[in-house]
Amino acid sequence: MRETRIKRRQALTGAAGLIAAGAVGAPAIAQTKRIKIGYVSPQTGPLAPFAEADNFVIGGVREAAKAGLSIGGRNQALEILVKDSQSNPNRAAEVANDLILKDQVDLMLVASTPETTNPVCDQCEVNEVPCVSSVAPWQPWFFARGGKPDAGFKYTYHFFWGLEDVIAVFTNMWGQVPTNKSVGGLFPNDGDGNAWGDKERGFPPVLSKLGYKLTDPGRFQNLNDNFSAQISAFKSANVEVVTGVVIPPDLTTFWNQAQQQGFKPKAVSIGKALLFPVVLEGLGNAGHNLSTEVWWTPHHPFKSSLTGASAQQLADGYTQASKKQWTQPIGFVHALFEVAMDVMKRSKGAGERASVLDAIAKTKLDTIVGPVAWGSGPVKNVAKTPLVGGQWRRGGAFKYDLVITDNKTAPNIPVAGKMEPIG
Amino acid sequence: MTAALDTVLQGTLLGGLYALFAAGLSLIFGIMRLVNIAHGDLIVLAAYVALVAVQASGIGPIESLVIVVPVMFAVGYGLQRGLLNSTLDRGILPPLLVTFGLSIIIQNALLEGFSADSRKLQAGALEIASLRLGPDLAVGWFPLLIFLTAVAVIAGLQVLLYRTRVGRAFRAVSDDPEAARLYGVDNRHLFALAMALALAVVSIAAVFLAVRTNFDPAVGPARLLFAFEAVIIGGLGSLWGTLAGGVILGVAQSVGAKIDPAWQLLAGHVAFLLVLVLRPRGLFPRAVD
Repeated sequence: MRETRIKRRQALTGAAGLIAAGAVGAPAIAQTKRIKIGYVSPQTGPLAPFAEADNFVIGGVREAAKAGLSIGGRNQALEILVKDSQSNPNRAAEVANDLILKDQVDLMLVASTPETTNPVCDQCEVNEVPCVSSVAPWQPWFFARGGKPDAGFKYTYHFFWGLEDVIAVFTNMWGQVPTNKSVGGLFPNDGDGNAWGDKERGFPPVLSKLGYKLTDPGRFQNLNDNFSAQISAFKSANVEVVTGVVIPPDLTTFWNQAQQQGFKPKAVSIGKALLFPVVLEGLGNAGHNLSTEVWWTPHHPFKSSLTGASAQQLADGYTQASKKQWTQPIGFVHALFEVAMDVMKRSKGAGERASVLDAIAKTKLDTIVGPVAWGSGPVKNVAKTPLVGGQWRRGGAFKYDLVITDNKTAPNIPVAGKMEPIG
Repeated sequence: MTAALDTVLQGTLLGGLYALFAAGLSLIFGIMRLVNIAHGDLIVLAAYVALVAVQASGIGPIESLVIVVPVMFAVGYGLQRGLLNSTLDRGILPPLLVTFGLSIIIQNALLEGFSADSRKLQAGALEIASLRLGPDLAVGWFPLLIFLTAVAVIAGLQVLLYRTRVGRAFRAVSDDPEAARLYGVDNRHLFALAMALALAVVSIAAVFLAVRTNFDPAVGPARLLFAFEAVIIGGLGSLWGTLAGGVILGVAQSVGAKIDPAWQLLAGHVAFLLVLVLRPRGLFPRAVD
């Protein structure tokens, strides 16, 4: 008994010696520095359509950066660590924390909806990790995180458009169609709906200034099964234009019920629900000429700073790889990595977070979604990208194609048609 | 006046959909006291089965029921026989946990197989056709069809339970499983049949839901809540009660929305709460549990 115990102890000491030897040898292997970039997006759950092209885009980026990045004359390997937020803000914060504390990323990237960008950016701000974010209107990204316009944030930067742009785009589109200027609003009780319907910062003040009369029956819950209250309110106000920001099932329920009840507006401009072509396909023929804001299309006259591919080539590559129609987030996810590569090249590389942060602030890059440069935006940490408006039309290469019909907000993006009234 | 009538009418028709969601839940709870957390996800699963059937054969969504109902019937039988039967008789927790796990598995398997895209089935002109009842009053043919189907399904289940041999056996195992076994009733087979029947009803609800609006792999749990409320309002185990529960819920929501859209869901929940306070066992509870 006693003997075996000694033997066990000896064995343990031996094992410890082996581990120690391994540790001594380790630094010799890890001589080349490795840049680590973390990326959080909603790959599963209700927000997953936003991240559907992530694998395709990141595959392209990995291919382009296969040989590593040349930083200060020395080559550094690049590692992209991808985490899924599961469409859950708490989970997003948790995986961001892992990337920061366990993986020690040099730069954090995050995309798609305030539910993803905000918790990740908050973690980065607290842990002093530089972060670039996109695909969320800037107001919910900035104000919902307690941003003060004069102070801004220190570690987190964002590029996208804002509510003021979507309001301008929608009203420009309605200006092309003769209506009685009576507008009905569908604003749900969520972050977007409350921001759009806000009496000071949302649609109401701009609409009344432009001479539109807004009928806003009030906030409703998402996944609404019955819009008859809204439809009867719109009918009695003789509404000819409908706007709002709703989820796809609610748009379908509303639009089918509207037709059952004989409510026929001339223009319907909706955010969020009309983003993805599959939703239009679901409406059958009834989706023709519904309109939405357009952040990116294959017809945008920009090209990638990373691969040199045009917007059209990027979209075609996705369609070829996935057999699916392009969607707007593809351009922005690609642009996010364009910014990341550009920033890392101008930084001091791995383990130099301060220089990475410095490089972000000095970014001036022409990306596939347009120029990205911080400093001239509405607040310190926000860079704005161009926004135009378009209508979904039947026919063409896919069941529905997004046709740009208004570019007063960004004349460098070509229009492909005029606004047509519905019906 | 027309506006008030419209509100009640639209709410009633919506109640038909809720009742269809709830009928399967009510049936299996009534027969085997199983609370199926995965019910909403099974609705979504059936919707995807319909989607595959429609895409593969080119038939319309309503016609696809010919395929979806037998498929889900078989799924239900297998699910109960192979998995859920072994969770019964061990207290209230194991079935809850197993169906909860099932809910997560179904969601993720659908996400893997069909991506997160929002899908929908198309019924063409039927979706938007309506019946004019007056200058300002119109009823969609499709909501009306859903409501009438709900009534027919519940009447059918009622006949099955109270007028047939297998229905008598269902009621026997529900009342006293041990005694039923003594009389030669095979509980495992009957429970599996009940689940199969419930999923056949679920298929009908699923096809209607999928024509009515978009669905995606994650939407199931949200559909479960109203089904539960309809069952509880109507009284556990009572099928006509479930229909009444669905209609009460639909009308309460519709009236709430008329006052202010923010009150739509709240009004439904308040109605649910009122019933619980005034009649804790629901409106039409079946016998003594």
